[in-house]
Amino acid sequence: MQQILFFFQKFKYFLFFLFLEFIVLSFTFNNLNFHKSKFVNSANSITGAVYTILANSSEYLELKKLNEQLSKENTRLKNLFAHNKLISTEDSIVIDTTKYYQKYTYTQAKIIKNSYSKPFNFLTINGGRNQGIDKEMAVVNSKGIIGITDQTQNLYTRVQSILNKNSRINARLKNSNYFGTLNWNGKDYRTVQLSDLPRQAPLKIGDTIETDGKSTIFPEGILIGTISKVNTGNTIDNKVDIKLFNDMSNLRYIYVIKNLHKEEIQSLENTFNE
Amino acid sequence: MNKNIRQSLFFLFLLFLQVLVLNNINFLGHINPYLYIAFIFLYPLKEKRFTFLFLSFILGLCVDFFSDSGGIHAFSTIFIAYIRLFFVKVYFRKITSDYSFFNLKSEAFGAVFNYVVTLTLIHHLIYFSFINFSLQNLSIVFSNTLYASVFTLILFFLGTYIFTKNK
Repeated sequence: MQQILFFFQKFKYFLFFLFLEFIVLSFTFNNLNFHKSKFVNSANSITGAVYTILANSSEYLELKKLNEQLSKENTRLKNLFAHNKLISTEDSIVIDTTKYYQKYTYTQAKIIKNSYSKPFNFLTINGGRNQGIDKEMAVVNSKGIIGITDQTQNLYTRVQSILNKNSRINARLKNSNYFGTLNWNGKDYRTVQLSDLPRQAPLKIGDTIETDGKSTIFPEGILIGTISKVNTGNTIDNKVDIKLFNDMSNLRYIYVIKNLHKEEIQSLENTFNE
Repeated sequence: MNKNIRQSLFFLFLLFLQVLVLNNINFLGHINPYLYIAFIFLYPLKEKRFTFLFLSFILGLCVDFFSDSGGIHAFSTIFIAYIRLFFVKVYFRKITSDYSFFNLKSEAFGAVFNYVVTLTLIHHLIYFSFINFSLQNLSIVFSNTLYASVFTLILFFLGTYIFTKNK
């Protein structure tokens, strides 16, 4: 007994040091698992409030650019709307509104903390459970995809960026429906990688990549980027480099997309697996 | 008491300087200085180290909260906080009775330089290894460590130079 007490007395600092390091390591490992980090994230009310103040003040410097972006998006949507109207006036098409089910809802939010220089990047947005945002929802803006929501608090949400080595998103070629997995190798924030494409898929530099509707998170046809490099060698995973439409270092307003059919689809998929 | 208030103000100053300014510099795309470890260099030496280890834990964890890095900042900060005493003994040849008189400003510049450079390199190496979290891209880890260390050291020595001249 005396010996044990002596041991503790002698190594008390070292034991305290090990104890603290152990706590911190458990936080680190939890953080690398998708939506498992309960405690250490920037979506809590204190860090969220600090980042909101910072975002509100730095927003003034980019108002001009944001306005331009908004006007461009409005133009695109108005064109789309006018196009749809033209089709619906043709007499042979009957639109039965009682059979129409809405599949997605959009919520507007603002990025208050952005990061793109690390291998595991997360963003923080100023909307949370009070705005109906939950985990595993799509985050996009007018130019393309940004990420998936990860941790939700009442007022703030943490988003796993596509610039995160854990990120896996289902994507396809726009001109042919071959699909693969979108991931990131952690090097350049302007390019991501699309892997597991079938070998016979026709790949050309400049082809557009968009999201596939097969996951329950992203709606079909949200833009991602263009192919910038094709591997001609016989690699196992048939990787292509994709240049993103979005400048991930310069983001502000985003939309969070909620899939209203998600639970139903997931319950179906689960029964199929059993 | 006055000393404690000054220490806590210094703590908060370094924390907010780090998370609000220095984390957003992104020099050449990705290089950021991590100046908050100046707290570890400048905290007075004491025989009882529980407060110091705990404060470095809190400081690292606060930076982690803001930068979404799990516990990586805290891990590397506690590590250099623990081994600080070893390097004080090596570079300044101090024994336990000298601790209360120890002040970084009164020491020779060469020894201070070695002490700060060693701790900074160790901190940054641990930090970038954990940030990378794989055995691939090791060259990126080393180059990031080097660039960020140079950045941090320039800021640290510039800061100490400016603040000592004012007195």
